[in-house]
Amino acid sequence: MTRIFETPLYPYRRSADQDSSEPAHHGVVVIGAGPIGLAAAIDLALQDVPVVVLDENDKVSWGSRAICFAKRPLEILDRLGCGDEMVEKGVVWNLGKVYFGDRKVYEFNLLPEEDHKRPAFINLQQYYFEKFLVDRVLDLQAAGKPIELRGRNTVTALDAGENGVRLTVDTPDGPYSIDAGWVIACDGAGSPVRSMMGLDFVGRVFEDNFLIADVRMEARFPTERWFWFDPPFNKGQSALLHKQPDNVWRIDLQLGWDIDKEKEKRPENVIPRLKAMLGDDANFELEWVSIYTFQCRRMEKFRHGRVIFAGDSAHQVSPFGARGANSGLQDTDNLVWKLKLVIDDKAPESLLDSYDDERILAADENILNSTRSTDFITPKSEQSRVFRDAVLDLAGHFEFARPIVNSGRLSVPAIYDGSPLNGPDVAVMPARSRPGAPCADAPIADGWLLSHLGNGFRLLTIDADAPDHIEIDGIGIDRLALSARDGRAPALSERYLGEARSAVYLIRPDQHVAARWTAYHEENLRLALRKATGRARQEPDQEDDER
Amino acid sequence: MSELQLKANLSRPDDFYAALLAAHEGLSKAESDALNARLILILANHIGDQSVLKQALSAALAARHPAGGNT
Repeated sequence: MTRIFETPLYPYRRSADQDSSEPAHHGVVVIGAGPIGLAAAIDLALQDVPVVVLDENDKVSWGSRAICFAKRPLEILDRLGCGDEMVEKGVVWNLGKVYFGDRKVYEFNLLPEEDHKRPAFINLQQYYFEKFLVDRVLDLQAAGKPIELRGRNTVTALDAGENGVRLTVDTPDGPYSIDAGWVIACDGAGSPVRSMMGLDFVGRVFEDNFLIADVRMEARFPTERWFWFDPPFNKGQSALLHKQPDNVWRIDLQLGWDIDKEKEKRPENVIPRLKAMLGDDANFELEWVSIYTFQCRRMEKFRHGRVIFAGDSAHQVSPFGARGANSGLQDTDNLVWKLKLVIDDKAPESLLDSYDDERILAADENILNSTRSTDFITPKSEQSRVFRDAVLDLAGHFEFARPIVNSGRLSVPAIYDGSPLNGPDVAVMPARSRPGAPCADAPIADGWLLSHLGNGFRLLTIDADAPDHIEIDGIGIDRLALSARDGRAPALSERYLGEARSAVYLIRPDQHVAARWTAYHEENLRLALRKATGRARQEPDQEDDER
Repeated sequence: MSELQLKANLSRPDDFYAALLAAHEGLSKAESDALNARLILILANHIGDQSVLKQALSAALAARHPAGGNT
């Protein structure tokens, strides 16, 4: 059987740029066609920003790799036009079980909050994820959008100037050069771009190895996440079992530090380990085996002039909590609208520094959470093991200890508190929708709230008057007028009104709240929009002169 | 912010101390360490307030030094 990740999906084709006597110029070049690079390119193409993606490969990622996608990234994918495929193919799960030794200590239900279009999580192999994104790229191309995906185009040199970047690209036909106005480097944790630019990537190395074995087998287990601390079949270590589509099961076994990786990866060594876990009579087929170690680290800054890093190239976390690909998708969600405004000359280049402000805050949150999970799963000292085991023993008896058990704090979006883009807040409105927060979905008369937000700035009004369309400094803002009296939408009131009787929200193109008021005033909106587009330093009374 | 109680507060200090020792009687070092850890977690949960717990951690660390010493 040929597996999806063995088939070239975007095979090498000679580009006209390779025959050009002068390097061709492109507005934006994305380096790397993984989940983050593809999402960035799709987002740009949807905004009609011409983009070329260069990838050293011509296939989706080898093996399942990232398998857990959270609600916020699914909402971003909806905005990019490919959420349905992911959710239809993905496996939805809510129930988790935690074992310590040979006994179950407790189980938990994620009990996702009601009234959201998307589930809290789906499990989906990364190769499907990338395949659906590649399909979306091809659809956009067919619709005439300015997006190109060049397989087997390896960037070998990079010369970053003040107004652009020259790239040397190697291909099966030999090298060529192109000029890019902007480069988004999505080339993974080992980022060659980062190395070529001599940039730092410091953090903490964890001295541990994990064996990932993805197996195909007829389901004997329910669709749940099972996590073992110190199980009889992997003494002193941990283990994880998680379901993916097509009867593929993710098995993750901690191996410790002093091992021979090449030897442990061989099927004759992997299979007995799996049989010890699944039973001697288990009938399975190995789909993919890998051994990984991990680090928690980030770049000091993600933006370096015209080169901007996103995803694992900028920050790396342990896999516990599914914070890798999930946070990378939120990086480009944050970046692309800002880049579009800068390219269109509607915002100063310094707006891009807010990408650093906001996404470094998120990266630090992810690093903190995944480091804490790692410290719980693999205690680093005798005393930390004593406390870890005490928590697990207590969790079997008493409810209070269960929230301390940490087998991964699952990814939730960061709230950009303190961001320089945030405008005014209203204290009596719900904290969850404060400036900097991502908009929570809610059912409305016409479907779902989030499908009416994003891509451009929006004015969300609830029982408040405002113009249906307003143009400020060349930026158009459409209004979405809703009413809490609708009756179908208690969630809307809970999530956006709180104690207030009316609300006016300025929502950013990435569906984060920029500012909110109880009533509409054009001058307030004007100031908040300036702030949200990085022009806060300009005097508000100069506005008439500028227009 | 609540203050950590550092004045005498045990209703029956000798009885508590005896009960603590009795709980550890006959246990190996590892079992005793585990018991202490469970006890700390149970008491911490009872207190609940993170600021009080942080004061307790600081007080415990400071008491490594002899009284009147440089803490």
